[in-house]
Amino acid sequence: MSAAPATTRAPVARRGRRTVQGGGNPLVYGIALAVVAVTLTPVLYGVISGFRTNTDLSRNPSGWPSPWVLSNYTGVLTDGRFWQYALNSTMVAVITTAIVVVAGVMAAYPLARYQFRLREPLYMVFVLGLLFPAAVAVIPLFIMITNDLGLGNTWWGVALPQAAFALPTTIVILRPFLMALPTELEEAAMLDGASRIGFFWRILLPLSGPGMVTVGVLAFVGSWNAYLLPLLLLREDGMKTLPLGVADFSTRYAADIAGIFAYTSLAMIPALVFFLAMQRRIVNGLQGAVKG
Amino acid sequence: MTAVTDGARAEQDASAPGASSTAAGRASARPAAPARRSRRAGLRTALEVTFFVTPALVVFGVFVVWPVIKAVQYSLYSWKGYGPLVDFVGLRNFAYVLTNDVFTDALVHNLIIMVVSIVVQLPLGLGIALLLNRRIHGQGLLRTIVFVPYVLSEVIAGVIWRQLLTADYGLVDTVAGSLGIPTPEQGFLGDPRFALGAVMVVLTWKYLGLAVVLFLAGLQGVPDELHEAAQLDGATWWQTQRRITIPLLGPTIRTWAFLSMIGSIQVFDMVWILTKGGPAESTNTMATFLYSWGVDRNLIGIASAASVVLFVVALVFAIAYQRLILRRDLVDAPRSSRRRTRRADREVAA
Repeated sequence: MSAAPATTRAPVARRGRRTVQGGGNPLVYGIALAVVAVTLTPVLYGVISGFRTNTDLSRNPSGWPSPWVLSNYTGVLTDGRFWQYALNSTMVAVITTAIVVVAGVMAAYPLARYQFRLREPLYMVFVLGLLFPAAVAVIPLFIMITNDLGLGNTWWGVALPQAAFALPTTIVILRPFLMALPTELEEAAMLDGASRIGFFWRILLPLSGPGMVTVGVLAFVGSWNAYLLPLLLLREDGMKTLPLGVADFSTRYAADIAGIFAYTSLAMIPALVFFLAMQRRIVNGLQGAVKG
Repeated sequence: MTAVTDGARAEQDASAPGASSTAAGRASARPAAPARRSRRAGLRTALEVTFFVTPALVVFGVFVVWPVIKAVQYSLYSWKGYGPLVDFVGLRNFAYVLTNDVFTDALVHNLIIMVVSIVVQLPLGLGIALLLNRRIHGQGLLRTIVFVPYVLSEVIAGVIWRQLLTADYGLVDTVAGSLGIPTPEQGFLGDPRFALGAVMVVLTWKYLGLAVVLFLAGLQGVPDELHEAAQLDGATWWQTQRRITIPLLGPTIRTWAFLSMIGSIQVFDMVWILTKGGPAESTNTMATFLYSWGVDRNLIGIASAASVVLFVVALVFAIAYQRLILRRDLVDAPRSSRRRTRRADREVAA
C-alpha cells in the first residue's frame, strides 16, 4: 500500500497495456469519430436548429442558421409554464430520491447484516420486484392513486410509485455494499455499548455515503426522465413534469419546429449537467446492478 | 433462532475461520446461552428488523405488489373504470386479447425489438468497447459522449428524432434526398413498412451507450497479464480479443442481454412519442396496447388482461434465461471470486 512499489510497478503495467491493447491508428480514430458523429448529430442539430427561424429551417433543413435568432430560446425561457414544469420535475425527483434512499438503506441494513430466518426470502421478494414491469401496474395504480388515495395531480402521487419501482434496484445495489463493511466495526461499536440501531445511525450511515449517493443518483435520473407514470397521474397542466411539457409542446405547436428544438434543448440541460457531474456514480451504479 | 441453511448464510459461515460447514457442527459450536436471554435477543432482533424493513415493504407492497394483484383481478371483469366491479367474465378478456390481431402483432413487435436489439447492439457495442479500451487520445471524453443518449429522457430523444424523421423537411429525408436515396412519401415513421425499423434505429441510438459502458467496465476486469502472455505467444490484437477478452466478458454480456431483453418487453415511452403505435398499428407494443385500450378507451378489463400477458411473457423469458444461460455464471462464480482474491494477494505481495 506504500507509494514505492506502486511507482516501480506502474511503468511495467503501462508499457504492457500500450503494446498489448493497441494504441490509436488512423482507422481507430476514424471509427471513433464516426461513433461520435452518429451519437451527437441529433443532439447538436437540435441545439443549433433552436437558433434558426422556421422559414430558414424549412427552406434548407440541413443548413447552418442564417440568421441566428435567440427568440426561440428566449420564448421558452420567458414562458412561465416551462419553469413550472421544471419545478414539478425537480420536486417529484427529490421526493422520489428521498423515499428511495431512506427506505432503501433501512431495508438493506438488516438484509445485509442481521442473521434471521426470513432474511433470504425477504430479499427474494425485492429481487423478484426487478421483474415487475411498471407497465403491468399502471392501470391499477392510476385508479388507486387518483380515486382511492386522492393523490392524482400531486408530487407525492407520482413519487411514491416511482420510488416503489426503484426500491428493488436500490436494495440489490446497497446490500452487497453494506455487507462489505468489515464486521470488526460492528463488534467494536457493540463493545463500546452501542445498540444495533445506534450502530446504524452513527457508523453505518456515514460509511455508506457513497453507496447511497449512487442509488440516489440513479433514482433521481430515473424520475427526471420518467414518462409513463407522470403521463397517467399528472393530468393537470400546472402539475406536469418536463418530459410531459416537451411532449405537449411538440404536439400543440407541431408547426413551430424551431421552437420545439429550442424547448427540447433547454429541457435536456439539467439531465446532461447532472450526468456530467455524477457520471462516475451513474456508471458505478449500473455496473453494480449488473454484477447483482 | 433456528439454523438457516440458505446459500448466503452457508457461505458466510464457511468463510469464517474454523467454522464447520454442517448444520449439526454449527449448532454444537454455538455457546450454550441461557434460553431466556436468547429468546429475548431474538425478539429484539425481530423488532429491529421489522422497524428497518417496514417502510420499504409498505411502499413496495402498496405501490408494486397490490397493483399487480389488482391487475389480475380486473383482468377477469368487464369494467370501464367506474361503478362497482360486478361483471365477472372469467377468462374472456384473455381470449379476446390473445385472438386480437393488434395485440398479437404488438407481442410480435416486442419480440422483434428484443431480438434485433441484441443482434445489433451486441456486436456494435462490443466493437466500440474494444476500440475505446485501446490507448487512444480523448478516451474519457469519448466514453462520456457515447453515454449521452442513454442519459437523455426518452421523450426528449424521441421528440428530436421525430423531427429528424419528418417527411421531406426532416434532416434524414433531406440528407437522403441529396444523396439520391429514395425515401417513403410519408416519411420513415409514417410508412407502415418502415416505421418499426425506424423505431429500432432510434432505440439502438438511445441504448447502445449503455452496452458500451457496461462492456467497458467488464473489460477493465480482464487482467493485463493475460494479454501480455498471449502477445508473447505471438497472438495478434484481434486473436487476443477473440480468444481471451470476449470469452472473459461472458458474464457481463449475458447480464446485459438480460437487461436488454426485459427492457424490450416493456418498451413504451419511445414508441408512444415517435408513433403512438401507428401508422396502421404497425409499431404497437404490448405496453402501448394496454395504454391505448385502458386509458384512451377505458376498457380496463381488456387492458388488464394485456398487462397480465405482458407480465407472464416477461416472467417466462426471465426464468428461461436464468435457467438456461445465467446458471453458467452462478457455477462460475466461485472461480471468479478466487481470481479476485488471488489478485488481491498479488497486490499485497507487490
